[in-house]
Amino acid sequence: MFIVEAKGLIKDYGSLRAVDGIDFAIMRGECFGFLGPNGAGKTTVMGIIHCFMPPTAGDVKVFGMDVRENPSEIKAKTGVMPQDDNLDPDLSVIENLIVYARYFDIPSRESRPFAQELLGFVEMKAKENAPIRNLSGGMKRKLLLARSLINRPELLILDEPTVGLDPHSRHSVWDALQHLKSQGTTLLLTTHYMEEAERLCDRVAIMGSGKIVATDSPSRLSKTHGGTLEDVYLTLTGSPLES
Amino acid sequence: MNLRRAFRVWQRHLTVYTKLYKSSIALNFVEPVLYLAALGLGLGAYVKEIKGVPYVNFIAPGIIASSAMFAATYECSYGTFVRMTFQKTFDAILATPVNINDLVAGEMMWGATKSMLYGTIIMIVISAFGLVASPLVVLSIPVLFLSGLIFAEISLIFVAIVPGIDSFNYFYTLLMTPMFLFSGIFFPIDSLPPLVAKIAFFTPLYHLVNVCRASSNGSLALWDIAWVAAVVLILAPYPFRLMRRRMIK
Repeated sequence: MFIVEAKGLIKDYGSLRAVDGIDFAIMRGECFGFLGPNGAGKTTVMGIIHCFMPPTAGDVKVFGMDVRENPSEIKAKTGVMPQDDNLDPDLSVIENLIVYARYFDIPSRESRPFAQELLGFVEMKAKENAPIRNLSGGMKRKLLLARSLINRPELLILDEPTVGLDPHSRHSVWDALQHLKSQGTTLLLTTHYMEEAERLCDRVAIMGSGKIVATDSPSRLSKTHGGTLEDVYLTLTGSPLES
Repeated sequence: MNLRRAFRVWQRHLTVYTKLYKSSIALNFVEPVLYLAALGLGLGAYVKEIKGVPYVNFIAPGIIASSAMFAATYECSYGTFVRMTFQKTFDAILATPVNINDLVAGEMMWGATKSMLYGTIIMIVISAFGLVASPLVVLSIPVLFLSGLIFAEISLIFVAIVPGIDSFNYFYTLLMTPMFLFSGIFFPIDSLPPLVAKIAFFTPLYHLVNVCRASSNGSLALWDIAWVAAVVLILAPYPFRLMRRRMIK
């Protein structure tokens, strides 16, 4: 069974077609990446999968359920690490995790020990009671990752997980994601870092102007089209790489 | 809408409030007490009584109502807007099983809760000053929650349609302040020109003032309570519909 399956997915914002009739299927346990320049429609696809916005046309099923009909059931089993910092600035580090767990009906006697475990996992144990404003950009990203795991998701959606991070933080996020993958979590990420895609993704879909122009493993894409993944990306999307 | 999930949103606000209230709660009482002192005592030295009631006793129940109103409107205008835009708290919440309707319901319930809380505390303060004639004033506490829902609904409708946070100046200057001044808190509205009195009749604050004033004199303004309950229901679809339009592209 596929974890995520989209057929003929279209998303319009007014007269702008952001996603233009795409099909894809993501298997349990794989890491699937959407690559593409800014404005290619990657974030929109993520938003539709985690039921933040409805598709204009087409079918999207997550865990076999329709995104229009069962949003709460889908979101209960999904974790989302957003591109923007939307941590709760009124709460401390640990409170951010405990309050977030409550939205999933996880009581604090269960979430507190798990939140502490997650803070250990992202190497932030010492910051447990720190206010959010005292965190560096890298720590905020890691806390967002920890928060996305608080409901023990089967599917983890990561929108540009390492954008703006220094190399050390980037590598520690990659290590964390590789660990999650080895535990069987299905990962779905958007990126425009080729190194990130090659390191983490089993398969990538290259997007340009709302369409998927190619889907395959990074190594097979290189073999079929010749050159590095970056060369393939540049040829297929026809636009210079942004970072 | 799912009540349990709406409660989770309400619970988040309570958690934040219990952390921060110490720094804000005192300020919330300064303003109503200033009104009571300046108008009740200052103006009251000249206006001895209205309808046989000493002036400060006349306005005191109205200050319960206005405090309750402002508590819900600040919370669900500036508060909600900041959570929705600058803090992106709503984006984070909507990635959980909580859906947009649950979120809007949670905001409304929290606004109404603050309305009830702040109104009740002012009630205690004015009772301590001996400005309340009857213990039946406590019967208006649940009405403070109901009318809080109305003020939350109105505020959320504005949140859903304003382009930016500065637009709330219009909301307060053109809507809330006139309502505060012309809803029978400081003088009976029958002393106003008929048209103004008619407009005042259609404001929720006017009816809440009636409820608070009646209950502090030991009676129940049932007609006003029914009016409040009906308007809660009449307005209810709009914050949900408009917030969905604002948040979900």
